Amino acid sequence: MALSLEEVRRIAELARLRLSEEEERTFAGQLSAILDHVRQLEELDVTAVEPMTHALAAGELPALREDAVRASLPPEEATAAAPAREGTAFKVPRIIE
Amino acid sequence: MPISDFQVVIGLEVHAQLLTASKIFCGCSTAFGGAPNAHTCPVCLGLPGALPALNRSVVEMAVRTGLALGCEIRPKSVFARKNYFYPDLPKGYQISQYELPICEGGEVTFTLDGRDHTARLVRIHMEEDAGKNVHDVSADGSSGVDLNRAGVPLVEIVSRPDLRSAEEAVEYLKALRAILMALGVNDGNMQEGSLRCDANVSVMRKGASELGTRCEIKNMNSFRFLKQAIEFEARRQVELIEAGEPVVQETRLFDPDRGETRSMRSKEEAHDYRYFPEPDLPPVIVEAALVERLRAALPELPRAKAERYQRSLGLSAQDAGNLVADAAVSAWFDAALAAYGAGPEAAKKVANWVIGELARLANETGEAPATWKLTPARLAAVLRLIDAGTIGGPGAKQVVEEVFRTGAEPDAVVKAKGLAQVSDEGAIEAAVDKVLAANPGEVEKYRGGRKNLVGFFVGQVMKEMRGKGNPAVVNALLRRKLGD
Amino acid sequence: MSTPAKELCRLGLREAGAGVAAKAISSSELVEASLARIQATDGKLGAFLAVSADRARAAAKAADARAARGERRSELDGVPVAVKDIFVTKGVPTTAGSRILEGYLPPYDATVVERLEAAGAVIVGKLNMDEFAMGSSNENSAYRPCHNPWDLSRTPGGSSGGSAASVAAGQVHASLGTDTGGSIREPAAFCGVVGVKPTYGRVSRYGVVAFASSLDQVGPLAREVGDAALVLRTIAGHDPRDMTSSTRPVDDYLGPLEEGARGLRVGVPREWLSGGLDAGVEAAIRAALDTYRRLGATLVDVSLPHSKYGIGAYYLIAPAEASSNLARYDGVRFGLRAEGAKGLKEMYAESRERGLGAEPKRRIMLGTYALSSGYYDAYYLRAQKVRTLIRRDFDEAFRSCDVIAGPVTPSVAFRLGERTGDPLQMYLADIFTITCNLAALPGLSVPCGLEAGSGLPVGLQLVGRPFDEATLFRAARALERELGPLPAPPEP
Repeated sequence: MALSLEEVRRIAELARLRLSEEEERTFAGQLSAILDHVRQLEELDVTAVEPMTHALAAGELPALREDAVRASLPPEEATAAAPAREGTAFKVPRIIE
Repeated sequence: MPISDFQVVIGLEVHAQLLTASKIFCGCSTAFGGAPNAHTCPVCLGLPGALPALNRSVVEMAVRTGLALGCEIRPKSVFARKNYFYPDLPKGYQISQYELPICEGGEVTFTLDGRDHTARLVRIHMEEDAGKNVHDVSADGSSGVDLNRAGVPLVEIVSRPDLRSAEEAVEYLKALRAILMALGVNDGNMQEGSLRCDANVSVMRKGASELGTRCEIKNMNSFRFLKQAIEFEARRQVELIEAGEPVVQETRLFDPDRGETRSMRSKEEAHDYRYFPEPDLPPVIVEAALVERLRAALPELPRAKAERYQRSLGLSAQDAGNLVADAAVSAWFDAALAAYGAGPEAAKKVANWVIGELARLANETGEAPATWKLTPARLAAVLRLIDAGTIGGPGAKQVVEEVFRTGAEPDAVVKAKGLAQVSDEGAIEAAVDKVLAANPGEVEKYRGGRKNLVGFFVGQVMKEMRGKGNPAVVNALLRRKLGD
Repeated sequence: MSTPAKELCRLGLREAGAGVAAKAISSSELVEASLARIQATDGKLGAFLAVSADRARAAAKAADARAARGERRSELDGVPVAVKDIFVTKGVPTTAGSRILEGYLPPYDATVVERLEAAGAVIVGKLNMDEFAMGSSNENSAYRPCHNPWDLSRTPGGSSGGSAASVAAGQVHASLGTDTGGSIREPAAFCGVVGVKPTYGRVSRYGVVAFASSLDQVGPLAREVGDAALVLRTIAGHDPRDMTSSTRPVDDYLGPLEEGARGLRVGVPREWLSGGLDAGVEAAIRAALDTYRRLGATLVDVSLPHSKYGIGAYYLIAPAEASSNLARYDGVRFGLRAEGAKGLKEMYAESRERGLGAEPKRRIMLGTYALSSGYYDAYYLRAQKVRTLIRRDFDEAFRSCDVIAGPVTPSVAFRLGERTGDPLQMYLADIFTITCNLAALPGLSVPCGLEAGSGLPVGLQLVGRPFDEATLFRAARALERELGPLPAPPEP
């Protein structure tokens, strides 16, 4: 199935990716080819099949975390890798609500 | 066509912060406040490589909430990722529940104008809160992001569109709030946002069978704003329809300063959240044994308690309703009653103080009952002082206020402030004589039939005695002297 | 100490560890030899993205001090190893092979890094990889190409290319990689080393930069089966910080290691040897299967009928999860931010445009599409159902065999640049490794000889029952013992 350029742009927008026109064309072609291959899954009747959304061993009860406070990072450390800071807040371009 | 020809239809989505010590997926504190990002770690910062580890208390509180609201508890529920970009959402997705929430069904019953109403629930699910965007943090107009709230545990309680007026919505939310507080899963604080509410509002012509287009209203952090917002929104939608214009499905923000709702620019873009099961978290298994253990340990819920107050304490429906609206208050009431006495008369006295004077004082200071310096035992002591005639109504009010503020013992306050009533006839008689002698004209009028002047004389005597005269004795002496 | 550095570098992991314990060699000598070899060879090889010499020297000194006191933390105490740059390391640059994380210093260590260091292993650096582990040739590294030590014009495989190349070239005694669709086993096969993808949940993923969360798994690469077993034993086991890590106890992998292949039922999936394989690879695989028979194992014909759907399912599930996992690279809290972007949306888009390479972008696009409104059921959900069918195939096969054997890759290491133009062709080469990830089963690649003609290594893949890594090691060791070690690759 062929993915239109318009669809490629819509997906890029959703994924917050900026693509050049060339990339848009390349991806449209490549993604179409991959989706064509993926179509072979349609051969299978999966109506009665449970999805395997979690890869965990069946029957194993996951261990939950007890509700206890543990030390946080010092705020200076928590924000040390930020490209921009204001005090210990992460600084971003103006947010309009 | 007037607005009265339309029916407003409301469904509420309530977000309640669970009262856990640590966040839903990491050990960071849920404490309010602190320097920006002081309560963060790799998990709630969404750093590369970090993974969520589910807090056991969150699951248990969600189940208890579901049980209290009559929901079905799913033995196996699944977390899902809700994907969207926003600076306060560090991972680029919110971990929530989507197709398989922990609770389904259930209902909330509330009373309005003496009549019981029931709104059905769709579901309750667990999710993490987002962080906070802080506007204008620097001169260049930039915004700041504080992730202290990111990962604070929430339950979202979604009602069906069963509510038919702003008043119903308010009473629904009050009833729900009281239940959450009675369970100890939420502190009920709407101001600080630990209890939040979005409303889906639509209107339809009365008698129509199909619901109108709905708008989602956000940002109503009090009962009053909820009412205002719904009323404004319903009017807005009716006006649109009357003008032949379509109601556009959208998210709208309530502006408390203007009492209006307005379209949210940041939500204009059509959302496609791309939900899918969260692969980092295995399904949540709630075993039947856990459900039964939690069910057995549920506290008495507000409606049951209110009924009991009416039935066995003889309180009015209104007083009972007032007391149970806040579980901490009703617990305080129970303790004060136990310290003071038993039976309807004692209950009525304690209830009057709690609902009246104490509610006023607590409202001023914002303190929770558990931290009141006026303990239940101290209120009981005040009441006993009244019963013994040691203090009168006005004096008692002063004592209570002083004890509430300082935590002093009531009898000490009575002494220190000289609030003890004077019942000694000699002292009172002297004051009465003085007042009558100073007001011959009024005495004449009284004797001439202006019997309502007694109030004037009582006032003058009390003034003379600096408020400490025993009113009953003052009254009796006055009448005797005036020749009644 | 008279042993030349190069010889120290060729020591096996356990051998080197035993030498430190016996004070025959010091950890410092091993580490210096490793650093010298990296210095001498990595210009041509490109296996490392960062070398932390100071930290390694300090750790070696500490290990030597322990040895002097007669203390030994584990069998790999004092031995130099390296980890793929996908593991976060506190205060040490961690890039996941991406520009968007250039210069990023994490504030914490991955669980497996903690466990290696707690066992006394000395981590000398961070290894090259395909960006965000997306690739099969290491050509998607944003920093530098990595070369195959057997032939520098060829790929070492990917995405754990640096992990395989550095072990094969004797820069370190073992390494860690991650495997989402074959990213440990394929480079191990291409470089002639042992590589293990454990059962999903066997090893903690905490601190592993996520690619596809339901498929990613951490595993060791080493020159000997027993060395790989020792590393896995060191890093495996429940981690409360990773809820998908299993609570079941870790088996003893080394105890039964030498038990041989006698009595083992080796399943041979007919779909894996029916065309699509290069003749030289097929010959080496069939020879390895004959060896097993000779060693007393029984070959059992099994069928994995849904194998062919593996690529399709994988290239929906993995990109879908990746599209979400990579949303956090937004230029707000860490990593690259495009300066001067006017609004918020522009900042996101520009930062991601500049920071992410073509392959992550392609997969984000694919995954976003597969999850988007109206397509979820047809793509993502269907793929997860197919995954169930693939797992059932294996469950059925394991009723009649103890381990499944087949090829890792359809060909030996291909030339750099040969396949970069056609992503689908690149993806299709994952056909034999991918089903193991989809089914959450353990898989291992063990060298089974050199391809006649090219002289390049061929790997045999062994797939086991859930959490039965012990049988994989035992079976792989039987083959290794019989075939003897591969010759060392030529000097780079």
